[in-house]
Amino acid sequence: MSLLDVAAIRQDFPILGRTVRDAKKLIYLDSGATSQKPNSVLDAERDFYETHNAAVHRGAHQLAEEATIAFENARANIAGFIGAQTNDLVFTKNATEAINLIAHSFLNATLKSLRGAPLPVGAQRFVLGEGDEIVVTEMEHHSNLVPWQELCAKTGAVLKWIGLTDDGRLNYADLDTVITPRTKIVSFTHQSNLLGTINDVARVSAAARAVGAIVVLDACQSIPHMPLSVTDIDVDFIAWSGHKMLGPMGIGCLWGRKELLASMPPFISGGSMIETVTMEASTFAAPPQRFEAGVPMAAQAVALSAAVDYLQAIGMENVAAHEHELTQATIAALSAIEGVRIIGPTDDRDRGSAVSFVVDDIHPHDVGQVLDSLGIEVRVGHHCAWPVCRRYDVPAATRATFYIYNDLSDVQALADGIKQAQAFFGSN
Amino acid sequence: MQLEQMYQEIILDHYKRPHGKGLAEGFNAEVHHVNPTCGDEITLRITRDPADDQKLLVSYQNQGCSISQASASILFDQLNDQTLAVGELAVDHLVAMLQRVEEPNEDVLGDGIALVGVAQYPARVKCALLAWMAWKDAAIQALGQEVSTEGEK
Repeated sequence: MSLLDVAAIRQDFPILGRTVRDAKKLIYLDSGATSQKPNSVLDAERDFYETHNAAVHRGAHQLAEEATIAFENARANIAGFIGAQTNDLVFTKNATEAINLIAHSFLNATLKSLRGAPLPVGAQRFVLGEGDEIVVTEMEHHSNLVPWQELCAKTGAVLKWIGLTDDGRLNYADLDTVITPRTKIVSFTHQSNLLGTINDVARVSAAARAVGAIVVLDACQSIPHMPLSVTDIDVDFIAWSGHKMLGPMGIGCLWGRKELLASMPPFISGGSMIETVTMEASTFAAPPQRFEAGVPMAAQAVALSAAVDYLQAIGMENVAAHEHELTQATIAALSAIEGVRIIGPTDDRDRGSAVSFVVDDIHPHDVGQVLDSLGIEVRVGHHCAWPVCRRYDVPAATRATFYIYNDLSDVQALADGIKQAQAFFGSN
Repeated sequence: MQLEQMYQEIILDHYKRPHGKGLAEGFNAEVHHVNPTCGDEITLRITRDPADDQKLLVSYQNQGCSISQASASILFDQLNDQTLAVGELAVDHLVAMLQRVEEPNEDVLGDGIALVGVAQYPARVKCALLAWMAWKDAAIQALGQEVSTEGEK
């Protein structure tokens, strides 16, 4: 029935063979927080350390050469995964840092401009003034909200947001009123980590383009799960993390339009990101090195490149179709349980596989605890999207997220587990 | 099964029928504590007992999981109209019990000894402690406030 050979895929993930809590089979439904890693990714990282390990982009010995080539080949492969040019991809610690990098480029351009300090050509686009506006949505992960709040607090810019409809979608009617000629940045998520909603990128970016704003896309929950090419969408920056797409922790990505990256002042400064240095001042390297101060995470880049290979061998269309099938099944299974309410769209149109829900009279923590006792690992809490919880008047939610190693039996286990929680707490 | 060890009947009873829930009108101190990883919240007020101002009346409003709710109900039973010294002893013992460095002492914690099963789940320990940390914060504020008021006289 499924498009993927899940049984074969599961064999590639050593952790899926372990048991949890009283010898229960592990049913991992928390890939939205972080995915598990296949052997090929683990092997790639180990192989780098065993055979090529050296600090990249410094030194001229053979290992330094090999490590640098491996690192830059990884960059090319990962960039190619989203149809991008190699040098338009910057490695960061994670997606949060990628968004902070953009926010701090605005801040640093603004501060340097006020003091008349040297700035790259074109940096004026990154200078914010009192009353300039930054637009996000009400469904953002904290990582695409708090950095903009901070930027506003430091620059006098004003944060505005696009609201949500009762059925868990962006309220596109807000676009006309929220985005104004003062809007300098529109930053929004491609797919909500809590609601599962997939947003209409073209529609939001068109509204942003109409006023000349810079468009930032948080693709943490989309790039791991669906085909995405920078040639198909009209945005300026895309941020995402490696660990949610089978890659290792400690590496994230920022893709940016070449001319914008070139006109941005650096965020973190130090070694590697310079062109010339004297005791008085420094000039900076071209992107992407300008934004990669210090010895970078070369082993993690190589491992993330292996993750890209793994996903491409499956095919992102197949990944998306597989998850769509699981999403449909999950919505159907949960909707059939009395006392369970899905937070987010209950139709499967423009919807990813994050399914959050509340169970009447049982706090999500307690739902999660019962599921955990059955080996089912879900996320509980506010999912780093507290405003979304407030919008739908729930203190927290339980969330199941799916990936290539999940199948319909996991959906059934989830539904059965929820019923057990209801029985345990006597709520149904 | 571990699950039943944490969710003992006595815990579920406090959760379903909490004691003392609801905020008093007059108070000397009010605190709002949250558990930022999961959204558990409590607003806790301390009112100094007019009959003995070293004794502290407790009222609270909260939302959250069964453990955090039950723990607040138990706190009310144990610490309402008690002194700071009695309360601090209980808080310290609860922390030590949840860190598994002290055996449960019913004389100090009453029904709170039933929270011992939470120690098996490190992620839930802060749920069990939320109300007690809020109480300690509010109690110290409530006693401090009196001192400063007297100082102004």
